[in-house]
This record gives sequence, structure tokens and C-alpha cells, in this order.
Amino acid sequence: MKSDGRHIRLLIGLGAAVLLLLGKIFTLQILDDGYKEDADRNATIYETIYPTRGVIYDRNGVILVGNKVAYDILVNPREVKAFDTLALATVLDVDTEFIRNRLAEYNRRLRTIGFQAVTMIRNLPAETYMRFDEVKYQFPGFRGQVRSIRDYPVNAGGNLLGYVSEVNQAYLDSHPGEYRSGDYAGMTGIEAAREKELRGEKGYHIYLRNSRNQIEQSFKDGAEDKEAVPGHDIVTTIDAALQQYGQELMQNKVGSLVAIEPATGEILALVSSPGIDVSMLADIGKHWNEISNDPYKPMYNRAVQASYPPGSVFKLVNGLIGLQEGVLRPEMMYSCSHGFTYAAGHKLGCHGHKSPLNMEESIMMSCNAYYCYVLKNILDNRKYDNVAEGLDAWHEKVESFGFGRKLGSDFPAELSGSIPTSKTYNRSYGKGRWNSTTVISLSIGQGEILATPLHLANFCATIANRGHYYIPHIIKASDGVELDSRFYEKQYTLVDTTHFPKVIKGMWRAVNSGAGMGGTAWIAHVDSLDICGKTGTAQNPRGADNSVFICFAPMDNPKIAVACYVENGGFGAAYAAPIASLIVEKYLKGEVKRLPLEQRMKESNLMSRVKHD
Amino acid sequence: MIEQHTHKRQSIDWAIIGVYLALVLIGWLNIYASVHSSEATSLFDWTSRTGKQFVWILTSLGLATFILFLLPPRLWEGISIPFYIVVTFLLVVVIFVSNDVKGSHSWFDLGPIRFQPAEISKISTSLLLSFVLSQQNFRLSRFKDFMLAAAIIVLPMLIIVAESETGSALVYTGFIFVLYREGFSGWWLGLIGLVIALFISTLTVGSYWSVVGLIAVLLLIATLSGTGGHPWRRTLAGALFILCMAFLPALLEWGSNLAEAHLDYLNHRIWVPQEHESAENFWTFLPEIKPIYILLALLAGATPFLLYLAYREKNRTVAILAGAFLLGVALVFSTDYIFENVLQPHQQSRIEVLLGMKEDLAGVGYNVHQSKIAIGSGGLLGKGFLQGTQTTFGFVPEQTTDFIFCTVGEEWGFLGCLVIIGLYTFLIARLILDAERCRGNFTRIYGYCVASCIFMHLFINVGMTVGLMPVIGIPLPLLSYGGSSLWAFTILIFIFLALYRNEKKYF
Repeated sequence: MKSDGRHIRLLIGLGAAVLLLLGKIFTLQILDDGYKEDADRNATIYETIYPTRGVIYDRNGVILVGNKVAYDILVNPREVKAFDTLALATVLDVDTEFIRNRLAEYNRRLRTIGFQAVTMIRNLPAETYMRFDEVKYQFPGFRGQVRSIRDYPVNAGGNLLGYVSEVNQAYLDSHPGEYRSGDYAGMTGIEAAREKELRGEKGYHIYLRNSRNQIEQSFKDGAEDKEAVPGHDIVTTIDAALQQYGQELMQNKVGSLVAIEPATGEILALVSSPGIDVSMLADIGKHWNEISNDPYKPMYNRAVQASYPPGSVFKLVNGLIGLQEGVLRPEMMYSCSHGFTYAAGHKLGCHGHKSPLNMEESIMMSCNAYYCYVLKNILDNRKYDNVAEGLDAWHEKVESFGFGRKLGSDFPAELSGSIPTSKTYNRSYGKGRWNSTTVISLSIGQGEILATPLHLANFCATIANRGHYYIPHIIKASDGVELDSRFYEKQYTLVDTTHFPKVIKGMWRAVNSGAGMGGTAWIAHVDSLDICGKTGTAQNPRGADNSVFICFAPMDNPKIAVACYVENGGFGAAYAAPIASLIVEKYLKGEVKRLPLEQRMKESNLMSRVKHD
Repeated sequence: MIEQHTHKRQSIDWAIIGVYLALVLIGWLNIYASVHSSEATSLFDWTSRTGKQFVWILTSLGLATFILFLLPPRLWEGISIPFYIVVTFLLVVVIFVSNDVKGSHSWFDLGPIRFQPAEISKISTSLLLSFVLSQQNFRLSRFKDFMLAAAIIVLPMLIIVAESETGSALVYTGFIFVLYREGFSGWWLGLIGLVIALFISTLTVGSYWSVVGLIAVLLLIATLSGTGGHPWRRTLAGALFILCMAFLPALLEWGSNLAEAHLDYLNHRIWVPQEHESAENFWTFLPEIKPIYILLALLAGATPFLLYLAYREKNRTVAILAGAFLLGVALVFSTDYIFENVLQPHQQSRIEVLLGMKEDLAGVGYNVHQSKIAIGSGGLLGKGFLQGTQTTFGFVPEQTTDFIFCTVGEEWGFLGCLVIIGLYTFLIARLILDAERCRGNFTRIYGYCVASCIFMHLFINVGMTVGLMPVIGIPLPLLSYGGSSLWAFTILIFIFLALYRNEKKYF
């Protein structure tokens, strides 16, 4: 039969069909980029390289927090095939039930897990991990991960350093894009405050895998891989030996110990007792219940978070303000008959000491009555229209020492304490319905005054510096870590620097007058150290008084300022003064000669005195 | 004598043999690329698929030489009837004696060798069809003769469907092109194409665009076949109409948005008491007007006019076009019903996935999705020999057999696809042209049969890997791994070459 051009039409049809195929192929290969990405997702597997976290050093180069290797087992539930559960359990040294339960749980959560791998077991011993590594091909979906975890060579500054733990959902939400589930981040203390420097940058290896999820080879010979950038090291201002010594002295007592280098504001030691042992930090999850159920709240950093009445230590503040206001001259004498009668039948008591006495002696012997006069004169100063105005002027000056507000240290969760203003009393008594005698307990650091141990240490450093302080901080500037400029600025109080030596004289005499001379802190005396100190005994509504002491040394060109606060420790001289002076001795002399005192402090246990809710 | 000898050598179509060898070699290399990472790496390792394919290639070449040079070409015409009967018998027997291979009963298991009679059946059907159609007194227009030709094609098809090898059966529909060449009406061919196209377009792009497309196609045919006025006027009018139709939905949506905004404005402006609300809502039917209704109203007016025109002018083409149009519209509106009620659920899901109506990447759509990823990631130049990540790492299923084209697409890119499809197109076109050049009806018809078989395999297989066709497991001729298929196509092609050589011998 003749074609009648039909073969031409068939050829045209062939051409059309072929063009249709080629058109579709062209769309797939040239126009649509999505398939290339899909292919990469299909065949490439990103293995995260975790950067080593920055090391935390003390001021002398001692490693406080280092890193060590930990081995984890990850599982990608979607890739798990039938396997010998018993064999895996034997290799990993766990129960078969454990593996079954975990897998069942992951399968329930499959939607949220997606295609990711989840960590099934953490911190395997090295031998176990090596054993798994040899046979892991038998268990598709399971793989190992070598991770670096925190290591704490010295037991110093558990609360200060903070801990690192796996990020939870809340953390992921508050740091969008920065972390992925399974990452670790600093949660408290320095680890949290310096997370950005410490964490470094994650990198990745890209591998090609086949459809059975076996890694075939490295992608483009590693050309596209990204190296992890290790975190920056952090140098702290902490003296590891001093910190450790402070922790030993404070053990079995509730309270805080803060030591500051006055010339820089650097925190040498910051002890909150009872605190967290560094051995718990490494694996905080395991100890979490133990820590959160401890009635003494070891996570609570009293040094910056506990607000206490400062007690007699605060007399120094009132004295300085009195001098500044001109209502007090060092040679002024006041008499004290076991206290100060501020209204008929109302007396603020005092202990037995010589009377009358001048300002130096009032500091040395910590006379309550003297400071009642001082505060009365400050508040009832004719310069001011009324007591309210006087109190606000007083408040302004007190605040200039850093009290009643956050100091702005680089330590997270610092609290502000509180110093009353006229508003405080207007609220409780009504406007004009209170006077200087109403608030008389402010004179001896009681009543509405609350300060943290850090405030007290900073105050002590201010006196040591004769009128200025540097904002206390725990991080030193180092390579790649910069300090905010505020830490380099002198912070002056509203009291002239000329008034400070007069007070310091009294503090020197309180410590160095010798036993029996009436100096309240003679127990803090160390030969040739010229320690200047002031005791405090703060009332504690829950039992025995709190023992308070601040001191600095040496008197000229001071190297260390210490504040010690021991809850229910009784007189300032009973615990706080010995402990603070031992710290000074240790720091300035390198070793402690007063061994019996040291032993007594280390061994004394006040825990039974402490009442808690 | 010398002249005759030269003629004899030239009468072998070496171009076809060249393309044949090129495709077989390319297939062999791509099989190697598909298995090289999971199996032994030597090209000649006899235990690997590459080595086995090498054996198949060698035996095929022997077979080709045997057919081309040693067997008398006249033999084929003579044995076509008994051959067909024997193969049909084998097709039936295999259902009862074969093991279940992925649900199908189509393989003879002869120890180390397995073979599929369905592959040979393509040859026997081609031979018998050529024999019957080439008889002097055979007329396709005669009903009895047409039924005979149809029976020759449909009988093996039905048996193969019974073997659960639906894909292989589909190839036999390609013989309709042979029938077309031999006088079968083109209208029927067009009608079948139209029905398939409308069915698909209604499911994917909806009834409005299907009807618009139908009109466009019919207008094109009308223009080409010279109906109704000056060619330029017809073309312009047609183009304008299609353009208007294309913009109608947009216009209508714009209009209805405008109407809605106006209604809102009125409703806010005038406080409408509760009892008058229905009166106010009378106008809300405006946004309810769908483009399809306007279109149908227009066409309901136009079609009788067209039919009247056809009657007055005694124009058969217009009448056929109008009839096709009515049929098409009817099909468009019954498609959903057919899809929901006639097709089986698994057939529905395969079609849905193919047409992109349903994303099912893990189930039915997995193969196609992976295959598209492999080909799509190839880009213009491909990733290079043995560099494909998708095919060598086993993401694509059946990659040495039915999905061999993925390896080509991934490792050789668009350029590679172009070359391979170009080679096939050349082969098919060359077969058609060679067939046309033949004097003997038998050789010509047989040539068309070979071309149709190769075309159907090419279109279905490549169409499947790129997602144009549903997943139908048939091999890509000469490229896919497997002896049955390679042998069958070798025999199919070389019988034609032998016939063609014989044909030329005497001129």
C-alpha cells in the first residue's frame, strides 16, 4: 500500500513524542534546581564536628575547667532495621529492656524527631565505645559520637563556674538559630555568662551515603567540609588556691566569702556555702534531684543573691556620711551606757566598753550608741527641711557605695539588696509620722537595710582604695575576650576621699589593738599584715545572730579586701573574722601560721543551727 | 558481478548496526556504573551483572551474525504462522509453570537461564501481523480483515495481562501505528489520543482548561485541514478566541472581587434590616459565576450553528470536528465519575501520583521521586562516569534494568540524554525510512512493527523515569540489563536488516 504521506505524519509524531520527553528532561535537569538539593539531601550526611569548648583558667593560669572526651551512642529511629537487641545490649552493657523502651519511645515521638539522630546513651566508658565501634555495622541506624565534655581538675568555684548541659526546648526557643537539639550550652555562672566566647563554632564533615545509610566516602574529598572553630579560653580573676581554701573554711556553714583585689575590682574568691561540688557539674543531670532536694539550696549563690542585714559593718558607712555631712568629727565623744535611749522606755542596747569614746574607738569597739547619735545628726541636720529629706540625702550617699543596687558585675543573677528611702517609711508609717528615732536601727545596719556579701566586699574595697572602687568582676581580659570599659573606670562615692583614712584608723585598731584592749576583731590579727577590719553581728530572725566581718590588708597599698558572712555564726569575731583573716593570711603570706584557728574553722559545723523552710 | 557485489555490501544498513552497537555498549557501561559500588569492580567479572551482560552482548552479536548472514531471509515469512502458534502456546504455559517473580508469572526458569516468552512474542506478533497485512487481498477497511489484524495483536496482549505483565502488554498498543500506516483511519488514532489527553487534563488542570484545550486542538485541525474561509482569517479568529478564553478566568475573578467589594460597601453604607437581607443577598450570585459556565453557554450557542454550517456546505471535516467536540465535552464531565467509580484504588493512586495530584514519596511515588531526583541532579553535563551519587548508592530501585535511564541522566546530564534519545530517534526514523524504501509489503510492514516496538519501549520507559508515565516496568531496549530483552530486540532488529538486505539484493 502506498504511504500517502502517512510515514511523514508518523515521523512528525515521533518527533513530537521525543520533544515531549526531552522537554521534560530539560525541565528536570536544567530548569528545576530542587532535584539537585534533593540529591544532596539524599546522598550526603552532615556529621557535626563539635568545637572544643574554651578552657577556663584562674588568674595564675591554673585550669579550673578543661575538657575531656565522652562517648555517646546516637540512634536515628527511621533508619533502624531489624537487629539483634540482645547483641547490642551486650555490647553496650545495658538491658535489652532499656533499648526496647528507648526505641519504643523514639517511635512514639517520631514526628518531632524527624530525620535526626537522638542520643540514646551518654558518657559511655571508652572500652564499651570501642567495642561498639567494631560491630556497629550490624546495627543500622545506630552510631557513635565522640564529644568533648567538661573536666574540673581542681575543686574550686562550683557555683561560680556554672554548668554546661544539653539545651532544652525553652533554651532553643530563646536562642533562635543558634543551637540545635543535642547541643550543649552553659546554663549558669561563667559558663552561661561567657557562652558566646566559650562555645566556639561548630563544623561539619560531609559524607556520601548509600540508600542503606552506609557511609561510602567523603564528599568531594572534604573540600566542602567546615572545620570547627574552638571556643575562646576564658581567664578568670579567681585565685584557684584561695577559692579552694575559702571553700574549705566555709564548709559545714551557711554563708558567703568574697575576696576582691581593691586596685582592680577583680574577684579573687567567691564562695557560697554550701555550694556545688565540681564533680557534680560534669554530669549535672545525674545529680539534679540531689541538688534540687537539698534543703540548703546549693545552687543558690548567696554571695551575689542573698540579701542580709549588714549589721555593725554598716556603722562605717554612717560614719563616713557623718564626716561628709560635717555632723561628725573624729574627735567627737559620745557616751554609751549599754545602749542608746531613743524614747522613754526604748533603748537600743550595746555591749560593755569604755565610755565616752571618740570615732576611732567607736569603730574599734563597735559602739551602737555612738552611731545612733551619728545617724540622728545626719537625718536631723538643719541643712534639710525635714527628716524625709535628710534620709533621702543619706540614701543617695549610701547608694554611691554600691548598696541598694546591682553593682553591674559580670556575674549573672546579681541581686540589688535594698536601702530605704523616705518613701519606704511613708508607706509603712504615713507621711510625716516618723522621725529619726523611728529609723534608728539603720545606724547599726539593721532594719530595712539589705546587702549582699558582694556589696560588703565591694564596700570594703572602696575603703581600702580610700574612696573609690572598680566594679567587681570575675573575667580578666585575654586574647579574644574583651572587658566592658565600665570595669576600668574608677567609681567614686559621694564621700570625700579625705574622710576615709580616719575610718581606716579605727578599723586598724579594731584588729591590731591586742586582746583585752576592747578591739572587737583582735582575733583577726596577723603579724606584719596590718589588717584593717570591722566586725558585725547581724540579727537573724531565725535563730542565732549572723557573724559578719569585712577587712582589707595591708593598710597601706591594700592587696585584698574580704567580706565574710556566716549565717547563725554569732558574733562577728566568732566565725566571720577568723575566716576572713585566714583568707588574707593565706593570700598575702602564701601559708597560714595560725593552724589551730584554721583547724577550728574547718572543723566547726553550724549546719544544725541553720533553720530552713 | 563486481557491481552486484558492491550492491550486496551496501544493502546492509550499517548505520542501524552502528547505532545498535553504540546503544548496547552505552548500556553495558551504564550497567557497570549502576552496580560498581555495591558489586565487584571489574567490567568482566562474570558474577556481576556487568560481566553477565557482557556475555549477553557477545551471544547477541553471534545471534545477529547468524540471522544476517546465515539464515535465509525468506524463512521468516514462511514460519510466521507456526512461530506465532508456538509462542502463544508458551505464553499460556508459562502462567502455570513459572515461579512468582514480583507478582508476575512470565518467566521460564531453565536452571541458570531465565527467559520471558513475552519478549519473543513481540517478534512472532510482528511477523504474523506483517504476513497477514501483506497479503494481496487484505483490506484493513474491510471489517473481517480488520478484526483479524486486531485479533493477532490483542491475543498475546490478553495472555500477557493474565501473566500480570501489564507493562509489556501496553507495548502492543504501538501496533496501532502499523495499522495506521497500512490504511487504518487517522481519525480513530486522533480520537484515541484525544480521549487520553482529555482524561489526563481534566484530572490535572480541571474541566475549564480541558475544554479550552479541546477547542484549541480542534481549531488547529480545522485550520490545517482548510475549513471555513480564508486561512489567515481562520487562524486570527482562532487565536483571538483562545486568548480570550485564557484570560476569562482572570477577568471573571477580577470582576467578582469588584462585585464583592461593592456589595460590602453597600452593606456597610446602608443598614440592612434583618427582613431585607435576602433581597440584598440576591446579588451575591455574582461571584458564584464560574468561567466554565460562561464558556459552556457560548459553546451551546455556537455548536448547533457549526453543525448547520457543516450540513449546508456538506463539509465532513466540520461535522467530525463538531462531533469530536461534543464527545470531548461529555468526556470532560464524566472523567471524575470514571476515575472514582471505574478505576481500582491502586490504579487511582498510581495515576494520582503520576499526575502530581498526590504526593506519596514513600509509597507509590518513591521510585519515580528517586528517579526524578537522580535525573534532575544531573544538570547539563552530568556528574561524570561513576560519579553519580543517587544511582551508584542505590537510591534508585531497579537501576540496572527498568531505571537504567537514571544512570544516564545523572552521570551524563542533559547532553547524555540528548545523545541517547537522539540515537533511538535516529534508529526508529531510519527503520521507518528503510521500510518505506522496500518494495515487498512484508518487509515494510515488519519494519514498522520493529519501529513501533522500540518507540513504545522508549516512550514508556523514559516517560516513566521522568514522571511522564505511570510506573510501568518495561526495559529500555538494548540498554537495560537482561538477556531476554537484549536477545529479543537483537532478533527483532536483525530480522529486519536481513529482510532489508534480501530486498535490495535484486535491484
